[in-house]
Amino acid sequence: MSKKETVFQFHQDDGNIVVQETTWQPLSQTQLMWRQFRKHRLGVIGAWVLGFIYLMVILAPFLAPSDYMLQRRNYVNHPPTKIRFVDEEGVFSWRPFVYGTKRTRDPITLAVSWDIDTTKKYPLYFLVRGNPYKLLGMNSDLHLLGVDQDSGGQFFLFGTDRFGRDLFARTLYGGRVTLSVGVFGIVVSFFIGIFMGGISGYYGGVVDNLIQRLIELLRSFPRIPLWLALSMILPPTWSSVKVYFGVVTILAFLDWTGLARVVRGQFLHLRSKEFVEGALALGVSDSGIIFRHILPNIMSYLIVTATLSFPGMIIGESSISFLGLGIKEPMTSWGLLLKDAQSMDVLLMQPWLMIPGIFIIVSVLAFNFMGDALRDAFDPYSN
Amino acid sequence: MFRYIVRRSLMMIPMMVLISILCFVVIKLQPGDFTTQFLHDPRISPEMVAQIRTRLGLDQPAHIQYLTWVKGIVTKGDFGYSFAYKRPVHELIWERMAWTVGVAAITIVFTWVVAIPIGIYSATHKYSFLDYFLTFIGFIGVSIPSFFLALVLMYVYLSLGGTAVGGLFSQQYIGAPWSLGKFVDLLRHLWIPIIAIGLGGTASLIRLMRANLLDVLGTQYVTTARAKGLAERTVIYKHAVRNAINPLISIFGMQLPSLISGTIIASIVLNLPTMGPFFYDALLNSDQYLVMTFLMLSAFLMLVGNLLADIMLAWSDPRIRYE
Repeated sequence: MSKKETVFQFHQDDGNIVVQETTWQPLSQTQLMWRQFRKHRLGVIGAWVLGFIYLMVILAPFLAPSDYMLQRRNYVNHPPTKIRFVDEEGVFSWRPFVYGTKRTRDPITLAVSWDIDTTKKYPLYFLVRGNPYKLLGMNSDLHLLGVDQDSGGQFFLFGTDRFGRDLFARTLYGGRVTLSVGVFGIVVSFFIGIFMGGISGYYGGVVDNLIQRLIELLRSFPRIPLWLALSMILPPTWSSVKVYFGVVTILAFLDWTGLARVVRGQFLHLRSKEFVEGALALGVSDSGIIFRHILPNIMSYLIVTATLSFPGMIIGESSISFLGLGIKEPMTSWGLLLKDAQSMDVLLMQPWLMIPGIFIIVSVLAFNFMGDALRDAFDPYSN
Repeated sequence: MFRYIVRRSLMMIPMMVLISILCFVVIKLQPGDFTTQFLHDPRISPEMVAQIRTRLGLDQPAHIQYLTWVKGIVTKGDFGYSFAYKRPVHELIWERMAWTVGVAAITIVFTWVVAIPIGIYSATHKYSFLDYFLTFIGFIGVSIPSFFLALVLMYVYLSLGGTAVGGLFSQQYIGAPWSLGKFVDLLRHLWIPIIAIGLGGTASLIRLMRANLLDVLGTQYVTTARAKGLAERTVIYKHAVRNAINPLISIFGMQLPSLISGTIIASIVLNLPTMGPFFYDALLNSDQYLVMTFLMLSAFLMLVGNLLADIMLAWSDPRIRYE
């Protein structure tokens, strides 16, 4: 509504009555919400962090210095490489560099350790040539940061795994899977939830009763055991892409009930409102009422519910994959990456394998903050 | 009240029937069964596999298997037979269940003992530094998956030179009779599982307690209590806190079932002798009756927890009426 409003104010000035006319544009609903949202500092930070993480995983091939599947037999379980500005002699250079490493084995305990070889110094360059990739329809072989690939130097920001694969690249590619499982899962659960909740609340009666019992049935199951049991259904012969969509389906299958309840409640509430009855009297069809009159009214609830169900999706995917029942190689996800860090020896020897877990926490945290802020912003009674 | 409980309990019966059907369908949708693993074993001929299938009743049509299983439960309290352990399921489950409930109960106590005072402090010192700090920790606690927290705690403890990691007992005490040493050993092992499993619940309880108490502190009767000159301590602990805790009681009923099923993965990481790892193995082995019994049991606990929560709420709050 961009209708201007005018207000006349009267006040006395030295005995004379002065009329002051002010015209301003009232804020729309969206602007009010936006203003409210920005007041929630943690929510704004959460939104920025999420934007950053999503951008990172989308640009994964460009940001990662090498291919995430490339195995390096000579660099198995290599710790994260330190980026340096000051060399052994204390000379500072603006160009960051990394030292080469040498693998040594303790003759008695046979423990492997990586010693820094200060004679070999590899400068880091921006926009270096590396493995070719395709991103957003463009072919390229430029990478944001790395060593000259012909120099023989290696640069592992997060270290490598037991096959010598670069964990930084794997974390970025794994994020693509984990975070997109959340998006797809929520899209699917939205469709089911709106459909089921909508017909349940709009038509009522027997349909409503049946759907409510179904929701109760699904909700009376503890989530994690049922997730695990359902993920056992995915045949081991399936390709990793098929398994990916299988995981999405499993997560959505248990997630839609909460949304359906919200939708149903709102439908029941709005069904008897004047504007809906007016539309009915005008002969608007059922689908017209549902999609054009009721759904836009409950959009804010839906957005909040969706944002707040992301954490569950991320944790669900990670949990299933962590146990090896979800995403499978050659695809990877944050949960699957953490699977390598399960044993105590690995924890002590290669603690860097836990890094993907930090990404899980940060994105779940950011979604929680943002969801809270959105809920406050959309609630007209909050202030 | 009594009639209400009876009616709610009776309503659980058709629910359990539906749940058992759903469990069975989920199991039967899985490709292969317990005997599939033998097909790749060169020492076992296909004929023998067929024989095993017949003996375990896996060659019968699915609905017959289901009805036989249900009949066993209803008439004899027999939950079926574990293929992998070659023992009746109920014998296997009780021992694990005892540990599971034990660990969960201690965790629940920990959760409440830690969360309620912190929640009260946060609400009475709103927007203080410590309040912000605790709220932030609470957010992290809600956001960290319990299995990852378990990994981190294990790593921190190991790198500080600790040894009592994984399981509930050190090697020498496993299977040993109870003694003071064994008990101390248990306590040394127990804190990691308790924190790993309990932090999420603690964090959300803190947030709820804080929010509830803030709501109550804004009401008129609290203002009245202050106006008539009561000590602040009395106002908070006698008037406000009691009403703020009330709604939390419904959480209490749901905590046991959600701890039992929600901590499966953390207990696998921590190698606890609880239901979690057991269920996971059974799932991988397609040990169908074991899996089904566990699923049913956790769903049943969930229903009971729900009922318990409602009853406790109605009992503690006279404003609540049952229809």
